[in-house]
Amino acid sequence: MAKSESELTWRDMEIGCIVTEPGGARQYESGTWRSQRPTYDFKKCIKCGICQLFCPEGCIEPNQDGYFEANLFYCKGCGICARECWPRVIKMIEEEEK
Amino acid sequence: MTTRVGIEVSIAVADAVRLTNTDVIAAYPITPQTHIVEHLAELVANGELDAEYIPVESEHSAMSACLGSAAAGARTFTATSSQGLALMNEVLYVASGMRLPIVMAVANRALSAPLSIWCDHSDMMSVRDTGWIQIIVENGQQAVDNVICAFRIGEDRRVLLPVMVHLDGFNLTHVIEPIVLPEQREVDKFLPTNKYPLPLNPDKPVAMGDFAPPVIFTEAKWAQEMNLRDSKKVVLECWDEFYKAFGRMYKPVEKYHSDGAGIILLTIGSVGETASVAIDELRADDENIGQVRLRLWRPFPFEELRQAVKDAEVLIILDRAISFGGPGGPVASEVKAALYNQVGRPKIVSFVGALGGRDITVAGFKNMIKKGIEIARTGSKNEYEIYGVRE
Repeated sequence: MAKSESELTWRDMEIGCIVTEPGGARQYESGTWRSQRPTYDFKKCIKCGICQLFCPEGCIEPNQDGYFEANLFYCKGCGICARECWPRVIKMIEEEEK
Repeated sequence: MTTRVGIEVSIAVADAVRLTNTDVIAAYPITPQTHIVEHLAELVANGELDAEYIPVESEHSAMSACLGSAAAGARTFTATSSQGLALMNEVLYVASGMRLPIVMAVANRALSAPLSIWCDHSDMMSVRDTGWIQIIVENGQQAVDNVICAFRIGEDRRVLLPVMVHLDGFNLTHVIEPIVLPEQREVDKFLPTNKYPLPLNPDKPVAMGDFAPPVIFTEAKWAQEMNLRDSKKVVLECWDEFYKAFGRMYKPVEKYHSDGAGIILLTIGSVGETASVAIDELRADDENIGQVRLRLWRPFPFEELRQAVKDAEVLIILDRAISFGGPGGPVASEVKAALYNQVGRPKIVSFVGALGGRDITVAGFKNMIKKGIEIARTGSKNEYEIYGVRE
């Protein structure tokens, strides 16, 4: 197993930081940027998928029940899905709220 | 048989690029670099150089095209000057950070405003932190030789960095000098083919110029810095090999009667030869004076400089650029910094002059040196002295 990013020394840097393996962006947890997160009232959801179309991160997928839900590993908490969701399923709440 | 011919330095530089069998040239014309890229366009159009010549719409595009070309593993050349170099600025950092061995001739010229097409070093000093290797030449032969060396240095597997060769606009680019152009077979022997280790290649995809989060950015930058610092030994090795092959010697700090001299004048670029004549005349008058010139500006040759000036009492430095509101010319402030912690360092007198194409003649240098010696003796309330300004 290769070293994790936090274990890499300057000597481990590839020439010009060239990325030789695919999938680097997938490993990057952009969810740490979030200050708000989406919550869902799926009773109202009509599975139209408009939230998925508008999500700039491309991190919304249907869950096991077919409801569209953000992957919080990537979701930056921008709130665009909540704004676009016309049946008002999605509500943004502060991260520290339970 | 190599022969010495009278040739305009810009044309000779272009011919040197031809001898390196450069694959790609992406350039935008700007005075006083124009003749270099014009002649290269001619060589490509005439079939004398088998290269892609990309006439771009700006210097920003020129350097961007060079990034792509070098990333694909092609030997890549461009040239610019002054505002053109300024317009390239953001891409220069990308070239060095991505470790792409582009070679660029910079015809040193003043930056606007007011508009000046003439020589000073404000352009080259504005890019001293961009991570490029910077070689400063003093005459046409040095320009030709160092363009060839620049490819060998930059493309070396241990270096992989872009290299600028600075030649003074007009004072060098537009003069006719007797120059020896090496033979093709000699250059072929001296300069290996470019083998960039991780080129863009659809069969082996890589991502270049990617994003680095805070967790690795410092490591990435330190790797780049260590790499640039370590490139000095490859520069020295290259110049050594060049001497063996072609008989002309280059050093990061070149000395002229400076060993044992009490007073040393430090110059960069084409004024050095005029200054040398002044040194000759002063020495003929029994003045204990010598000269040093910086041939290598980045990586800065700390050890060689300290060694070269360690016994001097007075070090007079001429800068052809102002660091506005700062401690003096860029050369003087860096030399001061390099010597600050040394025991027994010389007194340093910093002059800024020869701006925007103003000449300093032999008599002018003698006058400046005289003033410098006087200031070293009496001290000065100024951070630096401006030379030749009308009061």
